[in-house]
Amino acid sequence: MNTFYRYAILPLCALVLAGLPACETMDTLSEVGAGVAVATGVATPQQGESIKKAGSAVGKTFESITPEQEYYIGRTVGAVVLNQYKPLNNEAANHYLNVLGQTLTQFSDKPETFGGYHFLIMETEDVNAFSAPGGLIFISRGMIRCCQNEDALAAVLAHEIGHVELQHGLQAINKSRVTSALTILATESAKSFGGQELAQLTEAFEGSITDITSTMMNNGYSRGFERQADRAAVTIMQRSGYDPNGLIAMLTQMKKQLKPGGHDFAKTHPSPDSRIEDIVKWVGPVKPVVSPAVRQARFQAAAAKI
Amino acid sequence: MIQIKQIAATVVGLTALAVVTVSAATMSVQVKDAPVRATPSFVGQVVGTLAYGDQVEIQQTQGAWSKVAGAGVSGWMHTSALSSKKIVLAAGQEQAKVAASGDELALAGKGFNSDVEAQFKAGHKDIDFTWINRMEKIRIPATEMQAFLKDGDVTPKEGGAK
Repeated sequence: MNTFYRYAILPLCALVLAGLPACETMDTLSEVGAGVAVATGVATPQQGESIKKAGSAVGKTFESITPEQEYYIGRTVGAVVLNQYKPLNNEAANHYLNVLGQTLTQFSDKPETFGGYHFLIMETEDVNAFSAPGGLIFISRGMIRCCQNEDALAAVLAHEIGHVELQHGLQAINKSRVTSALTILATESAKSFGGQELAQLTEAFEGSITDITSTMMNNGYSRGFERQADRAAVTIMQRSGYDPNGLIAMLTQMKKQLKPGGHDFAKTHPSPDSRIEDIVKWVGPVKPVVSPAVRQARFQAAAAKI
Repeated sequence: MIQIKQIAATVVGLTALAVVTVSAATMSVQVKDAPVRATPSFVGQVVGTLAYGDQVEIQQTQGAWSKVAGAGVSGWMHTSALSSKKIVLAAGQEQAKVAASGDELALAGKGFNSDVEAQFKAGHKDIDFTWINRMEKIRIPATEMQAFLKDGDVTPKEGGAK
């Protein structure tokens, strides 16, 4: 953008900003600005087009993050989770969790992600579960111990699949970081980034990871996001043929095991009672989970190793 | 004369419509690799696999499933594996500008990528990716998933993923 154009657009910014909803401001602003610049001869039509593109890049949010980039964000978020929680090194137990989890993903609205869904047990008594963007999902031993049947465990996994499907992790990223990454992309001059661009991108990346992990592990998602993930879990369970009462059974058991003021699920999630209140609206009055004997036998065999 | 003009206008109109339909029916695979199935269901037999950036023609849709043909394979894919954006594997500067608007193009390997991850690792030597790489290798075949459902007496509603 040349200096003249910058001066020309400043008063326009002030005018337009006053009357537009925030989310549309940048897109509309660049459209209006580019139009005025072309009409007044300040910019050629080609330059006008380029102004529109750059302005539009600035106005984008997490939705502009491609599945491939979501995958790289998720890998690092997962590595940060595992820096705090040790993985359970038990191939049979992790295999069982992946067969159940990956099967459930087939019934979600997003069965395909860039790198696919993968599950891992964390060796801790804390009652916790995390899902990194793109589909890396971590469940604690303490959480598995809250489950008395496979349907309850399916509910925990389906809730985490819901967070992935709805991209709740990505939405925790501060918009300015997405903007800065996209601006670097827009101004990229060569096929690969130079040292400076790579450093700036890495800074935006580090910030994004911190935004996600601090939301996920310390502050928790909003009540609305948790409700959406529970809703997605119920849908996945109903489609797959698991008993959605498994979600209620798990929450009821969790209520008994959570320590008030603890650093785990108690801190980052709405109370089990308030979640159950919502779930019964979708699945009807609470009923005990009916899990066939064959299913119960394999669940108990797997849980014994965890 | 008027009739000829009308016919000409109709032809132009129809051509424009045809172009729109064809361009809207081309999509790109937006995941590393995705199965192509014989029927629009996750229980459908896998007849092939398409890779990131492969372009396919959409022949038909049914719920969240699309019947596709491209890269020597044809069959059904779940729509979550597809993007209406064109995915460019190696892009020049002009394409980079267009891609930044995020509406038409997506550049493979740009933005947060393996270079950025390597740079991150260099600055955070305490963060270990060994288990991340290990868990990514756990991929359960469709046949094992189906056997798991059957053996556990789990009966999905018809069609699986919607």
